[in-house]
Amino acid sequence: MSFLAVAVGFAMIWHMWALALLGGASAVAAFTVFAWFDPRREAFSASKAGSLDAQWRKANAALTTTEPPARTKAGDQTGPSSKRVTVAYGFWIFLLSDFVLFAGFYAAYAVLSQATAGGPLPRDLFDLRIVAFETACLLLSSFACGMASVASHQRHLLGTQIDYLATALLGAGFLWLEFGEFARLLAQGAGPERSAVLSAFFALVGLHGLHVCLGLLWLLTMMAQVWAKGFRPDIQRRMMCFALFWHALDIIWVGIFTNVYLLGTSP
Amino acid sequence: MSRQQDFDEGDADTAPGDHQTGDENQDVRSVIGSYVIGLGLATALTLAAFWVASGSSLLYGPGIPMALAALAVGQMGVRLVFFLHITTGPGHLNNVLALAFGVFVIGIVIAGSVWIMFHLNGNMMPAAMMHLPTQP
Repeated sequence: MSFLAVAVGFAMIWHMWALALLGGASAVAAFTVFAWFDPRREAFSASKAGSLDAQWRKANAALTTTEPPARTKAGDQTGPSSKRVTVAYGFWIFLLSDFVLFAGFYAAYAVLSQATAGGPLPRDLFDLRIVAFETACLLLSSFACGMASVASHQRHLLGTQIDYLATALLGAGFLWLEFGEFARLLAQGAGPERSAVLSAFFALVGLHGLHVCLGLLWLLTMMAQVWAKGFRPDIQRRMMCFALFWHALDIIWVGIFTNVYLLGTSP
Repeated sequence: MSRQQDFDEGDADTAPGDHQTGDENQDVRSVIGSYVIGLGLATALTLAAFWVASGSSLLYGPGIPMALAALAVGQMGVRLVFFLHITTGPGHLNNVLALAFGVFVIGIVIAGSVWIMFHLNGNMMPAAMMHLPTQP
């Protein structure tokens, strides 16, 4: 994946569009294929498991006798967190770093918001009705994703798939509206090369759109996986991470439509 | 069962996105209700933001950006609580601490950039002085 991403970056720098497309498509294909691999499981005999357990107990006893736990009240020692908690926490840290990445793009847009280079001001370009529809799409998509989380907790396959389908359709509707808006701006000669503020606009909104694209790919993969593999714990964890990702994109969109569209067009 | 409850009533962490510790047995209706409340609040705040931005004559003009910022912060809070289920509950300490650090860094990046860049022009040496010797 990272090799292919490097290839895409190289191709984009030198304007080799065919190579960039090929690299991007290969990265998508690699993601889809690798997402299907299951973690290796090793089978071993009961006596092997017993001896491993005895070793573990001995090591644990050595630890606890040499270093008594600080809290000895019964029921107060909860032990290490479950994998569900640690995975979600790690993904939460990733999402926060993603927010910081977006903060850089927000800051660039805010700083450059007057740098029109004699070109059009953002307030003359945006159509707030489209932004309202985009916002509604993303909010309802986020809600449908929440319903999918509830359905997957209940291990209700049909409900999960229907809610995910609604999530995907609303997300695709958002992307369709956004691409339409980008195409309209480009047709008006207000592309990213026109002025610094438009460069920052396309970078910020385009980065969010790219996140939504990748989220859709992930969502379709999850729909296929939960259909083919069922509600296994690892699939449940992936669905939980996807839900976090999708809600986080919604939060980022709140910042975008306030910072870029509403502040840009308010008198 | 009781052992599981003991486990959950301790300081066990809650995954971000999970409603409560011991997510498996929670009441479905209350969870769906929380999403519905979140949807309603988010819709109301969005409509309010678009109405404020439309520049109604009822509003004090210079206050509009601040009002929009307040609505956006409230909106993000609504989504964090009702969709991401990040609350101040006992199992959420780590999640909230990580969030607080993220907000801190984001605040530095955005506010710091805007602050510095909008004062930069004022602090630059005037163009007429550029070629004067700096030492008398």
